[in-house]
Parts: sequence; C-alpha cells; structure tokens
Amino acid sequence: MDLEDQGIIKKTVEEQNENNTVMVVLGSPDEKSAEMYSETVKNGDPTYAGPLAGVSLGLPVYHILEDEVKEHIDSEVYQQQVGMMEMVLDKEAITRIVKKIREG
Amino acid sequence: MFEGKRILCIGERDGIPGSAIAECIKTAGGEPVLQLTQCFV
Repeated sequence: MDLEDQGIIKKTVEEQNENNTVMVVLGSPDEKSAEMYSETVKNGDPTYAGPLAGVSLGLPVYHILEDEVKEHIDSEVYQQQVGMMEMVLDKEAITRIVKKIREG
Repeated sequence: MFEGKRILCIGERDGIPGSAIAECIKTAGGEPVLQLTQCFV
C-alpha cells in the first residue's frame, strides 16, 4: 500500500476510532491486492516499509463485493456503482481471502 | 451492520474506486470518513 496513504489511514483511525466504530471496506480488483490491504489494516504493513509497519490496527475489514455487505446497500445504488465490476472480478476468490483475514 | 459506523473506503482504480464504495455505504447508514483510490501505474 502507498506509504502516504498508510499515514493518512493511521491518522484517521487515531482521530475517529473512539468506541471502536471504524471499519474498512475495500474495492480491490484481485485476490492478491485484497490480501495485502486486509493484512495492512488488520495486522500492520506486511512489507514493513510504511507508517503501519508493526502497527496492528485490528480493524474489521470487508470487501464491497461480499454478499453480507451488499445486502445492506440500496440495490439501485449498488448496481450503479459496483454492478459492472461485480460481473468481471473474481468475486469468490477476493471475498474468501478478505473473510479469512478478518476472521483469522 | 454499518449503522453508526465510520468507514474507511479504500478502493482501487482497477477495481471499485473509493468514491463508489462511499456512495454505497451511505445508503447502508455508514459514515464514510475517508475515501482513497489506489492507483498502480
């Protein structure tokens, strides 16, 4: 993950995470990217290069393609914003890895 | 699930952008507090 963005995420969580209300929703296009982002926001930067190296934020992380996320979103808006990518991306592989890291 | 939650929307240019995730989350009662769209070019 971009080092500057890691810094922004860290600062936002420090400011906003009172009562553990912060969650992450990803829009990664493949399994590898979804894995890296999930790891970074849950357990810290796996490459040990950025501000989140060794920082375990422990945030609940989801992917926008997960059915349990989709069912809470207005179906018309979901179709408009995500519909096309839902058809072309490998939804099963992406959502499986995110769920595994979230629950791991 | 998202009601009363603050959401970091971390999208990607080749996938679903942060702004699209935020639009969705708003309809589920969540508050997008950060929108990022990663780009690897």
